[in-house]
Amino acid sequence: MHIVVCAKQIPDPETPPSAFKIDAANNKVIPAQGIAPVLSQFDGIAAEAALRIKEANAGSKVTVISMGAESAQAAIKQVLAMGADEGVLLNDPAFEDGDSHTTATVLAAAIKKLGNVDAVFCGRQAADWDMGQVGLLVAEDLGWPVAIIAKGVAMGGAGLQVQRVLENGFESLETPLPAVVTVSNEFGEPRYPKLPQIMAAAKKTVTNWKLGDLGLDAGAVGKAGSRLKLEKLFIPEKGGKVELMEGDTPQAQAAALVARLQADKIL
Amino acid sequence: MAHNVLVVGELAGGSPTSTTLELLGGAQGLAAGGSVSVALLGTGASAAAAKAAGASKAFVSDDAGYDAVKAEQWLAALEVAVDQSGADLVLIAQSSAGREIGPRLAARKKTAVAMDCAKIEDAGGLKFTRPAYGGNALATYSIATSPAIATVRAKSFEEATGAGAGEVVQLPAAGASRTNITGMEKAVSAGLQITDATVVVSGGRGLGAPEGFKVVEELAAAIGNDKAAVGASRAAVDLGWYPPSQQVGLTGKVVNPDLYIAVAISGASQHMAGCSGSKTIVAINRDKDANIFGFAKYGIVGDWKAIVPALIEEIKKAK
Ligand SMILES: Cc1cc2nc3c(=O)[nH]c(=O)nc-3n(C[C@@H](O)[C@H](O)[C@H](O)COP(=O)(O)OP(=O)(O)OC[C@H]3O[C@@H](n4cnc5c(N)ncnc54)[C@H](O)[C@@H]3O)c2cc1C
Ligand SMILES: Cc1cc2nc3c(=O)[nH]c(=O)nc-3n(C[C@H](O)[C@H](O)[C@H](O)COP(=O)(O)OP(=O)(O)OC[C@H]3O[C@@H](n4cnc5c(N)ncnc54)[C@H](O)[C@@H]3O)c2cc1C
Repeated sequence: MHIVVCAKQIPDPETPPSAFKIDAANNKVIPAQGIAPVLSQFDGIAAEAALRIKEANAGSKVTVISMGAESAQAAIKQVLAMGADEGVLLNDPAFEDGDSHTTATVLAAAIKKLGNVDAVFCGRQAADWDMGQVGLLVAEDLGWPVAIIAKGVAMGGAGLQVQRVLENGFESLETPLPAVVTVSNEFGEPRYPKLPQIMAAAKKTVTNWKLGDLGLDAGAVGKAGSRLKLEKLFIPEKGGKVELMEGDTPQAQAAALVARLQADKIL
Repeated sequence: MAHNVLVVGELAGGSPTSTTLELLGGAQGLAAGGSVSVALLGTGASAAAAKAAGASKAFVSDDAGYDAVKAEQWLAALEVAVDQSGADLVLIAQSSAGREIGPRLAARKKTAVAMDCAKIEDAGGLKFTRPAYGGNALATYSIATSPAIATVRAKSFEEATGAGAGEVVQLPAAGASRTNITGMEKAVSAGLQITDATVVVSGGRGLGAPEGFKVVEELAAAIGNDKAAVGASRAAVDLGWYPPSQQVGLTGKVVNPDLYIAVAISGASQHMAGCSGSKTIVAINRDKDANIFGFAKYGIVGDWKAIVPALIEEIKKAK
C-alpha cells in the first residue's frame, strides 16, 4: 500500500487574535512576529492515519507532499519524523497565490508523477483558509472515489473502510482503491516524533519538483489559473462592549443577569 | 443583474429543510428577475416541490436510492439539473452532503465553489464572503467561471415565502456509486437541535470534567427544554465530554439563536465562527481577559461552579 499524505504549512492558527494582522492593500496576512508557521493540524492527523495503515500492512510506504514556500520543508520533515518514508516539495513561483483548484492541479500532477499510489490522505480542511475542498478536487482530477471527514480509516472490504463524521451522527463507508480520504480531528491526536526520529528526518533529502517537472502549463496554476478570485481580506468588527454583572455574590450577579435578559425580553 | 439560480435542496421528513428554504430566500433576492429552481432528491421529492417556496421549477426524483446521500449519485443528477436550469449560480447548504457536493460539482462543471459563505451579494457581479483564518478574517471572492457555486452556512438568509414550484421536471433515478454505505449511526441529541433552538447554552474545557455538562444541561432545562439546547466547544468534544453533533464552530455547527450562553469557553475565533451571529451572547468565565468577553453583551466573571447554579435558581425564581 502506497499512501500519499498532502501536508500544508500554514500560519499558526493558535495565533492570538490580537496578533492577527492583515495587509489590506495586498490582501495578505502579515506573519505574526515570533510565531513560526506550522503543519496544518488536520494534515498531521491525516499523516497519523496513513502511518497506522502502514504499520498494520507490511510493505507499505508513505510519501508526504507539500506545495508551498521553501519553508514548507519543515512541514515535510515533521511528517518524515513521524515515520513517513519520502517527501516531495512542490515549490515554484508559478504556483503562488492560486486557489483550491490550482492547488489540486499541482498536487494531482505530483501524485501522477509519483505513480503506483493507492491512496491519498488529506486534512479535512487547511486550518488557514478553511475551504475543505482540495482533497475532493484532487480526487476529481485523478478520477478516484473519495471519503471526507473521516474519524477512522483501515484497509478492508473492497479497499478501505472509513468511518465518517456527519452533522447528525456517523457513517461507515467502503471504497475501492485507489481513493482519496480527508481526515478530521475526531480521528485522534497525531504521534509526537522523538528526538532520534527528528534527527533522522533532518538528514533525509526532500525531492523538489517545479512546474516543468510536473509537465504543467504556467497558465493552469497559481494566480493565472485560479477561478475563485480573492477580492478582499479583512478583519470583521466585533460586537459591542461587554457589560459585566456586578454583585458581591454569585446569586447577586446571576440576579442582575436575569434582570437584564428579562428587560431585553430574551427570557 | 438577473441570475438564474439553482438551489440544491435537502429533505427532512418529506419537506425541504429550513436551510433549503433559506437558500431559496437568498435565491429570490439574487435572481433579480431571473429564474429560481430547486433540485430535490429522494423519497417524497415530488410532493416536497410544492413546499419549496420561491422556486418556479423543481428538478426531482422520488427514488429512495437518493435518501442516504452518496455524492456520486447526487452529482450525476445535479449535473443534469444545472444544465437544464441554465443556472449561472448554484447554492448548496454547508451541510455534510454540501461539503462534498460543492467542490465535486465545481470540478465536473469546470468552475469554482466558494465554501461556507455567510453573505452573497450582487455588487457589480456576484460577491461571496466567508470566514477565513479560523474566523479571524473575512474573505470576499468573485468567481471567474460559470456557473458560480457557493455552499452557504445556515441562517445566512431569511426563509423564502410564497408558493412552491409549479413546474416539476423529472431527474433520472439514482445511478452507480463507487463508494458504498455499510452503516449509519445517528448521534442526534434527544429533543431540540442546537441549530433550531432559540437559546443555546454551551460548555467548554473550563468545565473541567464531563460532569460539568450535567450542570449546563440543568441550565438549559431551567430556561425550558422547548427553547434551549446544549452545545459544546471543540476542546470539550475532543476530550470526549460531549458528542461531536453538538459542537459549535468552524468545524462544527453554526448557530444563530436569540441567546447564546458560553460557559467556561475562551472564545477562540474558530468557536466564534459558529456563534457570533447570535443576537445576544452571554459569557461566564473566570478570566476577565478571555476573548469571549469581546463578543458578549453581558458577562459574569467568576467560577462557573458557583455562577451557573445561582443562575439556574434565579431563572426558576423569575418564572
Ligand atoms: C497571497 C495569497 C493570495 C491568495 N489568493 C487566493 C485566491 O484568489 N483565491 C483563492 O481561492 N484562494 C487564494 N489564496 C488561498 C489559497 O491559495 C488556498 O490555500 C487554496 O485556495 C487552497 O484552499 P485551502 O488552503 O483552504 O485548502 P483546503 O481545501 O481546506 O485543503 C484541504 C486539504 O488539502 C491539502 N492541501 C491544501 N493545500 C495544500 C498544499 N499547498 N500542499 C499540500 N497539501 C495541501 C491538505 O491536506 C489540506 O488539509 C491565496 C493565498 C495567498 C497567500
Ligand atoms: C481549524 C480549526 C478548527 C477549529 N474548529 C473549532 C470549532 O468548530 N469549535 C470550537 O469550539 N473550536 C474549534 N477549534 C479550536 C479552538 O481554536 C479552541 O482551541 C477551542 O475552541 C477552545 O475550547 P474552549 O474554549 O472550551 O477551551 P479553552 O480555550 O481551554 O478555554 C477554557 C476557558 O474556560 C475558562 N475557565 C476555566 N475554568 C473555569 C471556571 N472554573 N469557571 C469559569 N471559567 C473557567 C478559562 O478561563 C478559559 O477561558 C478549531 C481549531 C482549529 C485550528
